[in-house]
Amino acid sequence: MTAIKIDKVWKEYGDTIVLENVSLDLPDHEFLVIIGPSGVGKTTLLRLLLSQETPTRGEILIDGKPIASEPTADRGVVFQRYSVFPHKTVLGNVMLGPQWAQAPLLGRFFGKKHRELKERAMALLQRVGLGAAADKYPQQLSGGMQQRLAIAQALIMKPKVLLLDEPFGALDPGTRKAMHVLVRELWEEHAMTIVMVTHDLAEAFALGTRVIAVDRPRRDPQAPERYGATITSNFEAKCRVVRESERFEAARAKARQDHGQSGASPPSAAMIHPFPLKAGAA
Amino acid sequence: MRRIINYPPARGQKLILGLLPFLAILLIYLMASEARLAINPGDKLIPSFSSFTAAMERLMAQPDRSSGQYLFWFDTYLSLWRLCVGLGISALLGCVFGILIGFIPHLRAMFEPVLAALSLVPPLAVLPILFIIFGLGEVSKIVLIVFGIAPFLIRDVVLRVESLPREQIIKAQTLGGSTWQMMTHVVLPQVMPNLINSVRLSLGATWLFVIAAEAITAEGGLGYRIFLVRRYLAMDVILPYVAWITLLAFLMDYGLRRLNTFAFPWAALKES
Repeated sequence: MTAIKIDKVWKEYGDTIVLENVSLDLPDHEFLVIIGPSGVGKTTLLRLLLSQETPTRGEILIDGKPIASEPTADRGVVFQRYSVFPHKTVLGNVMLGPQWAQAPLLGRFFGKKHRELKERAMALLQRVGLGAAADKYPQQLSGGMQQRLAIAQALIMKPKVLLLDEPFGALDPGTRKAMHVLVRELWEEHAMTIVMVTHDLAEAFALGTRVIAVDRPRRDPQAPERYGATITSNFEAKCRVVRESERFEAARAKARQDHGQSGASPPSAAMIHPFPLKAGAA
Repeated sequence: MRRIINYPPARGQKLILGLLPFLAILLIYLMASEARLAINPGDKLIPSFSSFTAAMERLMAQPDRSSGQYLFWFDTYLSLWRLCVGLGISALLGCVFGILIGFIPHLRAMFEPVLAALSLVPPLAVLPILFIIFGLGEVSKIVLIVFGIAPFLIRDVVLRVESLPREQIIKAQTLGGSTWQMMTHVVLPQVMPNLINSVRLSLGATWLFVIAAEAITAEGGLGYRIFLVRRYLAMDVILPYVAWITLLAFLMDYGLRRLNTFAFPWAALKES
């Protein structure tokens, strides 16, 4: 469960107001896409969620608790560029986080723990389609592969929220399509919350379950810095009820198929209600 | 007829063209030496190659009468020892302090101005002070090198740390990295290739400090020998010594370059 609450957040730099009075409630397992014209504060909002910057007023809560005042492991991130470490191999990049978490001094595992982590990392790399490139350095990979690596590197930490800052902005259209599919699938598999910033409207509606537009509702031509941007529209792109019934139908179809193949085995409770619809989810 | 910039030399041509200036220098030297020696066989300014070999044979293979040392090897050992210890300490300081100052904002605010000031003090101007404080022994020579090289290396590492993409550091934090882990796993490895290159660039300055310190006072060393035999106009010793120092510097530079490509293969990828 990960619910994000942005509570009347303001961000100011001196006299310049970037964001004013931004409020948002995001329930668990949403794919939030932030769109808006460039330079309006989309990325600032993402940075606030990441704690790369702190709000001037208001606060951000995850599961009811204020977020830490610095980036922490509960929020993973993928930037447009420079998200991976060029001096580590693909496998080394993915194995980094868990080793840091449990070996404070050396930041390195040995023996059995190392083997186990390596298996886990390799499985994840296979999943994102980088199994064959495990021993290469990031510079030997294409842009799309580097972003896959950055996603795998973040996912191994099992973050509550994955933040994506124009992650596919530098990719060619074909690669971008493939990445969309991958991210959608990973989002389903890991049942996590994703917040993505993009300026591509088609991408926003292809991926997001909720799309918010950030823009300045008021403008003062004499003092453009006096008014900040806020959420000007908040659109539910894919209804939660529809999503959940789709998932339910898919699980039921799979259960029926499994049952049909194995014939004699009795139906279990999980086959009948794999994803019980949550009351009150909308 | 193409433009001249569109005529790249072939492989063999490149080699020949590269060797040509060396051959020209050698030829000019030989001709000048021949001409002077023809007029005055006792001339010392541009000695012939035979007097080089004779002088070097004396210094390399015969023990010195007063000290019992094979002077050439003794000088080489002393100079290299000073150079390596001085440069090693400087590199270590550059690495440790450069990363700390570059990575921790409070330390940066505190030490950056003083480093900038220190690196502008001409080291040779403080050499007398070092002699007064540390005596005429090895310590003052090592301190001279460290004083001359370390601030440069520290500042260089600080700049390199600052130029690491901010995104990388944020990403490292979202992977749960502590300051120590980020310094050892993210900053240090990415700073090392650059540090080694900076050490390569400062080899010339380091030799300068070694020779300057030896010229003033030492019991041996390549620079000491050069300045000692200057009194006798012994060009037959000075010129081979200069060539030898150049060769040593070249070999060290080459070795460090190989070390870089061997130890940090990813750094070469970045440039391509």
